[in-house]
This record gives sequence, structure tokens and C-alpha cells, in this order.
Amino acid sequence: MSDIAKSARGDLKLSNLTKSYGDFTAVDDLSLVIPKGSFFALLGPSGCGKTTTLRMIAGLEEPTQGTIALGETDITDTKPYQRPINTVFQNYALFPHLTIFENIAFGLRRRGIKDVDDAVNKALDLVELPHLAQRKPTQLSGGQQQRIALARAIVNRPALLLLDEPLGALDLKLRRQMQIELKWIQKEVGITFVHVTHDQEEAMTMADTIAVMNEGKIEQMGSPADLYDNPETAFVANFLGQSNLIKGTISGNDGANQIVDLFGQKISLQKDRSHGVDNSIYAGIRPEKFRISRLETATSGNVLTGGKVEDVSYIGVSTQYQVLMPWGQELMVFEQNDDGVAPFSVGEPVNISWEPIFTFGLRGDEDAEAGTEVNPDEDLDDE
Amino acid sequence: MGFLFTFFLLPLFNLAQTSTQTPVGGGDTGQYEQTFRFQNYIDAFVENREQFGRSFLYAIIATVLALAIAYPLAYAIAFKGGKLKNFMLVLVVAPFFTSFLLRTIAWKQILGEEGFVVPTLRTFGIISESTTLTSSAFAVVAGMTYNFLPFMTLPLYASIDRIDPRTLEASGDLYANGFTTFRKVTLPLSMPGVVAGTLLTFIPAAGDYVNAAILGSPQTKMLGNVIESRYFKIVDYPTAAALSFTLMAAILILVTVYVRKAGTEELV
Repeated sequence: MSDIAKSARGDLKLSNLTKSYGDFTAVDDLSLVIPKGSFFALLGPSGCGKTTTLRMIAGLEEPTQGTIALGETDITDTKPYQRPINTVFQNYALFPHLTIFENIAFGLRRRGIKDVDDAVNKALDLVELPHLAQRKPTQLSGGQQQRIALARAIVNRPALLLLDEPLGALDLKLRRQMQIELKWIQKEVGITFVHVTHDQEEAMTMADTIAVMNEGKIEQMGSPADLYDNPETAFVANFLGQSNLIKGTISGNDGANQIVDLFGQKISLQKDRSHGVDNSIYAGIRPEKFRISRLETATSGNVLTGGKVEDVSYIGVSTQYQVLMPWGQELMVFEQNDDGVAPFSVGEPVNISWEPIFTFGLRGDEDAEAGTEVNPDEDLDDE
Repeated sequence: MGFLFTFFLLPLFNLAQTSTQTPVGGGDTGQYEQTFRFQNYIDAFVENREQFGRSFLYAIIATVLALAIAYPLAYAIAFKGGKLKNFMLVLVVAPFFTSFLLRTIAWKQILGEEGFVVPTLRTFGIISESTTLTSSAFAVVAGMTYNFLPFMTLPLYASIDRIDPRTLEASGDLYANGFTTFRKVTLPLSMPGVVAGTLLTFIPAAGDYVNAAILGSPQTKMLGNVIESRYFKIVDYPTAAALSFTLMAAILILVTVYVRKAGTEELV
């Protein structure tokens, strides 16, 4: 057994990692550094290669190409049991024949640690289930099993903890609660967490850094706010939240801004938020950044005129409008219900405005629908 | 209930009656009267203790061999079978399509002088020119192992197939190498199959007489053969009945002890 691999610590470095199954490339030349101690999320739709990436890190799949290193130690060719890495499996994979105590003690015992009581009890305390030590896994609820799976991994103090859609099987309320708890536990133990999920809200709630994956490649990596406010591709813009993407051309410059012509109406876009390659561009605006106003109301910033309300959905905290623009595109507008303005009615002519700093620009040759047709609640375990 | 009473309890009671009968004084062969002679049991056991021991020895060896063959087989079908799983299971059961007797006789051919095995082993000098394989304990145990193999394989398969492969991955992830994973996870989780398979093999094997009759010699006689000859050749019903009962009791005791032990081991 390789003791060097076992004691490896430090940043996780994936270099040119590739995994092919015959003609199908699940993970395509992926390079990535995950800093020690961070909460990192791999986010993407099912089939994007995120689970395959995770399994390669765990040692459960062999990369076709590329290397995996922890700190200075290359662990690409080591067996799963030689890596200082533990996994919380999607379906928990607790040992049904062992008690909860023995489940958690499993990893410690395999490493020849005799006195496991202290560590196991601490782990049980951490997940707040000390009273279940002598039960069997089948006697526990899904949420409890999930916590035990976490305790079973954390008790080993690995250099890296991998979480494979750990909350996928829980109901919404429990999932929210576990998200907060996981984040707290990660801070508490200081272990690097790599979290795989298809749920953008889950990734954004918990992770410091998110890598959005699509078709085996990383589309964009950054903090949740970076990704949401300044997406670089249509896939990211649509997969994380919703976006209005309006086709246009860059018609000039104005200091740090570009002037973009959207079907004859000029708006401005910060140069450092513009990711186009030529003059053809998509101007992107998040629906909640829009302000909707009657024609007589004064507007500032970027303004698009000539809209007509097509649909109104009142959903309590906000009202969602579909506004038909003169060029035939329907824009989504989310208005907070906090300004005392009477709601707009269907058929009413309106203007739309927003602060220029909220505009982002995407390459004009992209598919504006990329990432929208993905249903995040679809099958979890296809890869 | 009625069925069980008519076809199981009643005959059993009848057998119990027979086992304590003695020959009618001056009567014909096969005429017996009820005298409640329990000495019959002791006589029967003392007379046949050699065959008794042999029955259990052969049955245990055959069970262990069948387990050793069936476990990897069932494991491979369950985990590596993929789309061919069901087809492989059909292959396991396929021998049942021919008669038990025919298959046992076929073994006589396989292990016989004209078969493939003996000349090959002789060529390589593994057995001497004078050694034969038929009419030997080896042939009897081999026949039993073969005949009862499906009874071992199927429950093992059912049990192993139910194991979530992700628990095995989890074991590897938690610092257990392949062997430890087998010992600590796979084997305990497949224990129900091991228990069921060994019982389904051992019980019929201990009472078997076909294999010993066809593949064995007088030196390899098992209890089944004794019971058969007492019943049909010597017409000594009481001894045959007493032996049947003793065999049944012995199997019951062994099985109870075994199940208790296996049941607790599962928890360790």
C-alpha cells in the first residue's frame, strides 16, 4: 500500500483529464485546480461528465488520459483504498449488515486504528445523531442515512471529500436544511469538499467556487456571484437562473463601454462584461434586473421601448411579466412587489429599462437556447 | 394443513410405528408386529455407523466443493453477467432438463477407462496406470458435487445479485482492499445465500444413494444405500425405518446448529 499517496495533502490538480467510452468522450481534456480547504461544486446537467470526473478523482474510474495530483503527489495510478479521499455516495451506500457505529468505524478499522470509539462518537455528534449508533441503516430515514454517510466519510479526515449528488434523494425542505448544515460542517472540519450536482441553487448556496460543466468540458468557473452576474456563455447564462438574450451588433465605443444596437435601439455594455469575438453579439439581462414602466414614466440607463405586456403572473414576492418587443421576441421581467405601482395588465404598452452595469455580452454565434431545455429534475444517475 | 397431514404427518407416523416393530415369530419374510422395541434404533446405528459417518463426510465434502465452485460462478454471473445474466442462469439449470440418473451414469463414462479424464491424467503421470477413478469415493463425491451444484448456485446468485455494487465501491473508498472488501462486505451480505445453498446441497446429499450406487463400490456405501437395500432387498422394514429416522434427526440437529452459528456470524 502506498503510504505516500495516503499522506498526500494539498490542492487537487486535474491535468488534461480525459475519459472515453469507445467513441463517446465523457470528460474531455479537463484541467482544474481545486484549492485546499475550499467548497467546490461541479455543476451541470446529467450526462455532462461531472460524475465521471468525480469517480476518477475517487479512483473508481481510470482516466483514459491525464493526471490527478494531490499537492505534489501524483495519485492517478493508485487504487481507491490508497487515496486519502472519501466519498459520500448518491444513494449513501451504507453497509446494510453493519450497525451505524460500525459503518462509521469501517474506514478507521481498515487503517488499523484500534481505538475508534472517540472518533466515531465525535462524528456522530457532528451530524447530531449520537442516539442511532446501534441501529442498522435500514431503520433510518433518508435524511439520517445521508448524515451517516457523511459521518462515515468525514471521520477519516480525508484530504478531500467527494459528494456525489448527496442531497438528490431528499425532499425539498430537508435538502435546504442539509445544504446549510453541509456548509457549516465543511467550515467546521476544514476539509476540501468537491460537490457534484445538477441543482444550480444547491451549488450556489453551498460552494465557494463553481465549475459549470457541459459535454465533458468546463464552460466557466468562478464564484456563484461571478457566474450569475457575468456569465461568459449562453449555456451558463441559461443553466444558472434565467436570462434574456437579445441579438444585436456592436456599433461603437464609449469609453469603457460598447454601444450595442438591438434592433435599432442603442444600449451600453461594459467592455469587461462583453465576451463576444466580433461585432455580432447577444446582449444578456437577467429578468429581475429589468424595470418595467408605463410610457409616461421617466426612465434612465438602458431603455428598450415599444413593448407590450403579453402575460402577467402574480407569484407573491414578485410578479412575472412576458413582454413582447417590436422585433417579436418575448422578454421575461421579474418585478418585486415593493414599489406600490399598480400591476400592469395584459395588452398595456410599456418600456423596459435597466442599469447598464447589469448587461452582459455573449458571442453572437452561440445558440441562445443552450442550457435551457435541460430539466434539472430529470434522472440523476445516468452517467 | 390437510395436505400436510395426509401426505407428511400420517406417513411419518406410520414410519415411526414401523421402526419399533419386530418379526412375527414363525411368520413369513416381511411380516412384522408392533412390539415397541426401541433397541431397533441402537442396533441399526451400531450396525451401520460406518455408512452413517460416510454419508455425512461425503455430504460435507460435496457441499464444501459445491460452495467453492458455485460462489465464484454466482458472483461472476451477478456482477459481470450484464445482459447475459438470464442466459447464464438458464445454463446453470440446463442439466435439469436431462434425468438425474442419466447424468450420473454419464459421469461413469467420463471417469471410466474409455473416458477423457483417466488417460489424460495417466499421460501426465498424475495417477498411476493401475488407478481407476470409477467405483471410488472420489467418483461418488464428484457426482454429488456436480448433481447438487445448481441448488448451491441459484440461492447464492439470488443473494449476491441483491448486493448493491456501490457498497463494494464504498468499501474500497474506505481503505479496504479487494480481499478485505470480500471478507467484510461481500461475504456477510451473501450469507443468506450461503446458508440456503449449503442446506439445499447438504440435506439431499446426506440422504443420497444414487451417486453411491452408480459411481461407488461396496466400500463407499452411504446410508441411503443401506436403507434402500433393507427396504427392497432384505425386506427389513423396521431397521430401514429406524435408520431413516436417525438420519432425519441427525440432519435436523446439524442444520439447527449450523443455522444458529451462521445466523450469529452474520452479525459480527
